[in-house]
Amino acid sequence: MSLAMDREALTARLVKAERRGKIRAFLLVAPLLAFVVLSFVIPIVNLVTQAFYGDLVSSTMPKITVELAKWNGKMPAPESLCEAFVTEYKAAKAKDPALPTRIATLVNREFSGSLSKMRPVANNELSAPYCDALAELNEEWTKPEIWNALKLVSPSVSPRFFIQSVDYRLNADGSIRHENEENSIHLALFGRTLMVAAAVTLFCALLGFPIGFLLAHLPTRASNLLMIIVLLPFWTSLLVRTTAWIALLQQNGVINDTLVALGLISDDQRPVMMYNMFATLVAMTHVLLPFMILPLYSVMTGIKPNFVRAARSLGATPLTAFWRVYFPLTIPGLSAGCLLVFILAIGYYITPALVGGQSGQLISNIIAFHMQKTLNWPLASAIGTLLLAGVLLLYWLYNRLVGVDKMKFA
Amino acid sequence: MATSPSADAGFVRFDAVEKTYDGINLVVKSLDLSIGRGEFLTMLGPSGSGKTTTLMMLAGFESATSGEIYLDDDRINNIPPHKRGLGMVFQNYALFPHMSIAENIAFPLQVRHLGKAEIAERVRKALDMVQMSGLDARKPAQLSGGQQQRIALARALVFEPKLLLMDEPLGALDKQLREHMQYEIKHLHERLGITIVYVTHDQTEALTMSDRIAVFNDGIIQQLASPADLYEKPDNSFVAQFIGENNRISGRVTSITNGKARIEAQGGSFDALAVKCLAGQVTSVSIRPERVAIEPAQADILFDARIEEVVYLGDHIRIRVSVLGSDEFIVKTPNRNNQRAFNAGETLRIGWAVEDGRALDA
Repeated sequence: MSLAMDREALTARLVKAERRGKIRAFLLVAPLLAFVVLSFVIPIVNLVTQAFYGDLVSSTMPKITVELAKWNGKMPAPESLCEAFVTEYKAAKAKDPALPTRIATLVNREFSGSLSKMRPVANNELSAPYCDALAELNEEWTKPEIWNALKLVSPSVSPRFFIQSVDYRLNADGSIRHENEENSIHLALFGRTLMVAAAVTLFCALLGFPIGFLLAHLPTRASNLLMIIVLLPFWTSLLVRTTAWIALLQQNGVINDTLVALGLISDDQRPVMMYNMFATLVAMTHVLLPFMILPLYSVMTGIKPNFVRAARSLGATPLTAFWRVYFPLTIPGLSAGCLLVFILAIGYYITPALVGGQSGQLISNIIAFHMQKTLNWPLASAIGTLLLAGVLLLYWLYNRLVGVDKMKFA
Repeated sequence: MATSPSADAGFVRFDAVEKTYDGINLVVKSLDLSIGRGEFLTMLGPSGSGKTTTLMMLAGFESATSGEIYLDDDRINNIPPHKRGLGMVFQNYALFPHMSIAENIAFPLQVRHLGKAEIAERVRKALDMVQMSGLDARKPAQLSGGQQQRIALARALVFEPKLLLMDEPLGALDKQLREHMQYEIKHLHERLGITIVYVTHDQTEALTMSDRIAVFNDGIIQQLASPADLYEKPDNSFVAQFIGENNRISGRVTSITNGKARIEAQGGSFDALAVKCLAGQVTSVSIRPERVAIEPAQADILFDARIEEVVYLGDHIRIRVSVLGSDEFIVKTPNRNNQRAFNAGETLRIGWAVEDGRALDA
């Protein structure tokens, strides 16, 4: 037998020997895998899809979709267009009585007032020529706006929600225009969210570093007690922690009352600390602090006192020894903590919703607003997708600058 | 500047130094120790004996609870570590992992604000000294244990410290490399003439390198002597037991005449040097295994021993016998041509000279 064949047989035997182990390992992780796919992968794919894909119009009204694509945007609308619209819109009602309203709602988002103009089309008997019949129902049908709105919502794939999430609108001819002033809130909120996340990360780092240091270097008894205090917030409901800040910060809250009682401020000059940006920053910093402390602590416990001692014995002052030796060694923990806090902060919802008032709202609050109030799920999805993309971009940047493999979580 | 002879002999001085961490137990008890300029002094002892604490007090990382520490006639108790100008090599080297080798060695020069060109020159020389040229750009993690050890040495010596402290620097190396490094450190010491204070729990290491060894136990220096004296003339049974292999025979001193004690042991009586014993008190006699002769033609002391166990060790044979009430009595005999066979259960006649038995504290 040749050596090559021998080796091949050996490889085959190795694969066979390892197969059982591999199957067992896979079965062990299978439940988690299934859970992750169900609760994480599928919803995210769904979210991203909804942001640019919606086939409500194109599937229920295929002909009008084609006709609108052909239409050059000039009025009067060709009769073929009117006929396709009327027949298919009525057919949709026949299929499901709720469909016309759902379609009209989509159109209404692009051109306000469309809802009331479209409903009668489904409810009234109309006969050819359909363009005239529509004009008789409402003269809006002789103007291009409603048709343009219909044209915008008819394709199944459309970038208009992404364009909307950065405060622009897509026109039927493919050009874009700036959103009117009162609705231009998304970019400002994105900016505010980034600022708040950055500020909260900075505060957490400034406050967490000394605590992590104490945790890591105090005698065991004291550090255990401190650890319990750090972990205590984890055992308390987020809602309770956030509402506790309301009790502390409000106009007649504990802090204001104390300041007045101490005579530091007069009763009629109580500072507003609640339902604004200040409250959002304070409460978010408090809630997210443990996520900074734990990675820092885990890295700091691994830094042997001999490093700093070596630096001191080599002639470094305590400050130099800290800055040139101790601090660089904490970078893996500090960066892990910053990344954790920043990413959590960028998507924070409940705390700004409760304590933020008008000025303390963040991008996730507008997502919730679109999900719950305007029921504009595709727009909510588009904003969410942009947020996700932003976080991934930051993560990529971070990996380029610091290196994710150098990071140490708790 | 001429230094007085007293400063040379007492280059480093501990004067009644005590240390306690909890205010109850003394880790170091009334320590007096003088270290000469250019001396290689090793502090040897089991863990918890106070040797590392003593070193840390000298380095400035621990403060003395009471007593004075002098370096070159200056009292240094209240001088912070970075102003003491001592080089130190740590257990596991403590090389800064985020800095390259060159940056590590340049560190003590940078904090002293030396010029760039001079730093580069001295780093190069330091790397030459430990035969590690060409590794400047590597990170410590890319080096082997022995290489890291050399870099740690170079870093501790590059700023020409008055004194080099070493805290179990070879503990993490394997046996062969450790022995090799022992000689390297010894030769470096001879070449540079620097004063070295070395802490270890490994007696072979201490015996190989030191001019003098201070054996610590229980916060007290049990004996301070040259390696030869320490091995051959232990002052007490702790030192006898701790340094090298030792046979101890318990007995009672019946009388002491002319510095010789008459020992009454289980199964016989014999004479030994009266080093640390009192007439009428119990004593333990220390006899080195290699000083015991097998079937000698003549000897001061002769006893019949029963062979319990024979271990073949290549260059020598180790025989455990029971004699004078001890069944842990070891005899070592070189493995020569025509070596007679030893079997467990046989009776062996063993003997030694009176001077080889030292009657110590029980």
